[in-house]
Amino acid sequence: MTGLLAPPEDARALRKLADSPPPRTPRATSPWRRIGRIGLYLVLIVAAAGLFAPFIWMITSSLKTSNEVFSIPVTWVPEIFVWNNYVEIWTKSDMLTWLRNTLFLSVVVTFLQVLTGSFAAYGFARIRFPGRDALFLVYIGTIAVPWQSYMIPQFILLSELKVSNTLWAIVLLQAFGAFGVFLMKQFYETIPEDLSEAARLDGLSEYGIWRRIMLPLSIPALASLALLTFVNTWNDYLGPLIYLRNPDLWTIQLGLKSFVSSLYDTNYALLFAGLVISVIPIAIIFLLGQKYFVEGIATSGMKG
Amino acid sequence: MATTTATEVAAQPPVSPAPPAVSGKRRRSRLRRRNTLLGWSFILPNFLGFALLTLVPIVVLFYMSLTNWNVFGTANWVGFANFERLIGDGSFRISVLNTLYYSALHIPLTFVVALGLALLLNNKLRGVAFFRTAAFFPYITSIVAIAIVWNLLFSPDYGPINEILRFFGMENPPGWLTSSDWAMPAVVIVSTWRDMGYYMILFLAGLQTVPRELHEAARVDGASTIQRFFNVTLPSLRPTTFFVTVMLTINSFKIFDLILVMTEGGPGQSTLVISQFIYTKGFEESQFGYASAASVALFFMCIIVTVAQFLLNKKRSV
Repeated sequence: MTGLLAPPEDARALRKLADSPPPRTPRATSPWRRIGRIGLYLVLIVAAAGLFAPFIWMITSSLKTSNEVFSIPVTWVPEIFVWNNYVEIWTKSDMLTWLRNTLFLSVVVTFLQVLTGSFAAYGFARIRFPGRDALFLVYIGTIAVPWQSYMIPQFILLSELKVSNTLWAIVLLQAFGAFGVFLMKQFYETIPEDLSEAARLDGLSEYGIWRRIMLPLSIPALASLALLTFVNTWNDYLGPLIYLRNPDLWTIQLGLKSFVSSLYDTNYALLFAGLVISVIPIAIIFLLGQKYFVEGIATSGMKG
Repeated sequence: MATTTATEVAAQPPVSPAPPAVSGKRRRSRLRRRNTLLGWSFILPNFLGFALLTLVPIVVLFYMSLTNWNVFGTANWVGFANFERLIGDGSFRISVLNTLYYSALHIPLTFVVALGLALLLNNKLRGVAFFRTAAFFPYITSIVAIAIVWNLLFSPDYGPINEILRFFGMENPPGWLTSSDWAMPAVVIVSTWRDMGYYMILFLAGLQTVPRELHEAARVDGASTIQRFFNVTLPSLRPTTFFVTVMLTINSFKIFDLILVMTEGGPGQSTLVISQFIYTKGFEESQFGYASAASVALFFMCIIVTVAQFLLNKKRSV
């Protein structure tokens, strides 16, 4: 089942990739080669346009008047910039509550996932005991099982425990995934055993080795795990949809979705302002930590 | 005298050769017990949550699918009645066919686009480093935001997409999400747009491991670019293509949130997928037993495909 993990040599290659782009070597350019290169650039430009057009449209539409969003022909640059949309959205919706809930969930889930994931990974990577490998196989095997197939018994279980319709339901749901465990395990196995052996001779306990040696050395992997978990929790729609019935508990995703369907004549410019606000934190995190995202994906395959 | 014996005893090595079998075995078993306790103490905090939220529900799922569990929590054993009902249920059949239809479009399309992008970005072009990370951005943007934006882009009369199509001379551009023929292709376009960056990164990583010497050797032998792609690049990429195919298949079978926000299964039942069938029966109609039977079907679809791909991959690499 370990084949379910991305091939390890890919991860190493990717780590290099993230660090430095391949060197550009000047080559003798024949006319054919030049035409080929121009063709490649054209394809690249078209691909880039297709990739970004929806985002650009989202941002410019958030600055239009609500009538202009659907004007024909499409206006890509608003006639007048309605910055007021970004003020109004806060009073016309419960954005503040939604953002607060989402932030709470993302932070708590990330903290717990990183803590329990890296802790358990140490047990799997460094301590030999009977049944360990079988248990790890069970962990990995669950990647092939979609959450959608066991969401119903899970919901009933959490309802019995009286945690459904509380934020803790989402915390439980997201914080103990197998994902963090094998991302960290993959990384721990690249750290030389000699280091912990030396620490053991110096009298450090296994917990001490995890705390003083493994954690500091695995900061890149911890960063990958933290960023992926944060983004995942921030964007989650199905979990909150099933568990959070009370509008006071809604996350930003539920809120924006309700904003579309609840208002009879949705003010789309306003909606777009909300969407932009909901994407900004993710964009910032992505810009700061893009290298860690790429590495995290290569080492584990993000759960989707 | 006494002191000398004491030193003599102390000087002896801790593992004395006299009773080796017994104490060695005992020491080993004590070490093993200690390690087991230690190992579990590390794993337990995560395992408790993992067991409660993943393992137990999966086991309970199979029991539930054999009962008529409903909203009152009363469950009577009904044997395979749920599964018999499932086979005769027209909506379920449609949801399975739609899921397969989605997968049949989404898997090859995403595979080809992602691999194509990776090959393109593996060239030494200006702007490639930027594009590599940027292509990944749709994947980490929330499904809700993406679905809402694309819904409006697809709007048949006022949307930019149809306006562009009209500009290029198409008189009757498709109705996209309002048409039962075009809704699924529209969903596939969006999901491919969203996922391609993720799979592109995996391919790009795989491409770095293709030995350069092989390419050089093939070029010397006069192989064309296309021949080199099929005979050098693709075979060397096998671990990656295998991983990508498995992930793509599982992710296609469980497709749900994008459809829920974009079409809610409509128009009619034209985009109803298995996950949504489960959701509707379970959470909207409270037929938990029946919904569990459908979940078991989804479970086995994913497991069977994964195992089949494993066996296939093993056979080919031998």
